[in-house]
Amino acid sequence: MAKKPRIKVPKKAKAGQIIQIKTLYSHKMETGNRKNSKTGKLIPRMIVNNFSCSFNGKEVISVTIHPAVAANPYFAFFAKVTESGTFDFVWTDDAGKKVPAQAKITVS
Amino acid sequence: MTYTKHVMQVAGVLGLGALLVACAPEQESTLESGYDYATAETQAMQDEDIDNPGFLWVDIGEGNFEKVEGEAGKSCAECHGEGASGLKGATASYPKYSERDGKLSTVQDEINNCRTSRMKAKAWKWESDEMLGMTAFVKLQSRGMPVNVSTTGKAAPFYAAGKKFYEERRGGLDLSCKSCHTDYAGISIRANILTNGLPNGFPTYRLKWQKVGSLHRRFRGCNKNVRSTPYKQGADEYTNLELYITAKANGMPIETPAVRN
Repeated sequence: MAKKPRIKVPKKAKAGQIIQIKTLYSHKMETGNRKNSKTGKLIPRMIVNNFSCSFNGKEVISVTIHPAVAANPYFAFFAKVTESGTFDFVWTDDAGKKVPAQAKITVS
Repeated sequence: MTYTKHVMQVAGVLGLGALLVACAPEQESTLESGYDYATAETQAMQDEDIDNPGFLWVDIGEGNFEKVEGEAGKSCAECHGEGASGLKGATASYPKYSERDGKLSTVQDEINNCRTSRMKAKAWKWESDEMLGMTAFVKLQSRGMPVNVSTTGKAAPFYAAGKKFYEERRGGLDLSCKSCHTDYAGISIRANILTNGLPNGFPTYRLKWQKVGSLHRRFRGCNKNVRSTPYKQGADEYTNLELYITAKANGMPIETPAVRN
């Protein structure tokens, strides 16, 4: 069942203000270290290995993720905004699947 | 969020604070929500909706609420209002006796009954993401309201059966629910702290499961831990037990979807 990423970005901010951005993404984050209890075979690794956020095309944060991160990864970070625009978020998993999301902010 | 605090809040309004607290039975005044046993980090996850992964499932429920399904061509929202506005506070009294079934009915039973008899759609499985999501979404409408289940009238025999189950020793370890959750609440069982075992936060996001799970899944886990054979989710035994422990939480605010370790 596909779940939508949850994102919290303030709708409005003042120029130069530092804002907090929170994201929650749904993923099972299979580590690759677990065994199938019936067959004894390793369950292949399937994690989100990269999360990135850019603002008006300029990178804000890029995170390389390793198997120790639990399911449904949550990221919170800060950004300084000087102009109105769009935050673009992308989660990339081991299969190469990219899930994008957007959030707009108006700066006055 | 303790029971004591809640009683005091109500009593304070009535101006009877000291009197009521003095009269409150000792055992009840010590009952605490699982929230109070959780670590500060876990509590912080629950405090903010954006930090709470349980809301990923609530989103599923919200999406399905507006979706037209089944031969009758209806959606939940058609009867219960846009965004479940008609269901505010509805779940606080569940599980309750249902004339239709002649036994207790849980929120899950009500959802599936609506789906099969009104929408003519397929019933959802108990532990499916759809069912967990819908239950969490519907219960979320009553968040903050006090739990208020009836244990009298037609529900009385089921309440008694639940109480019997709670106090009955079972499994290879010969433990009852009461042995841990009443007699030794607050004490560590290996790395976990035993809680009063109150269900006001279910369906809850459990960090160990890394997903949202139902109360009956929790029952099954507990039953397996004492080396007894668990019942199926939705079994009458578990529904009776659900009524008994929900009645213990009467008056406590609903926390769905809670976060627990």
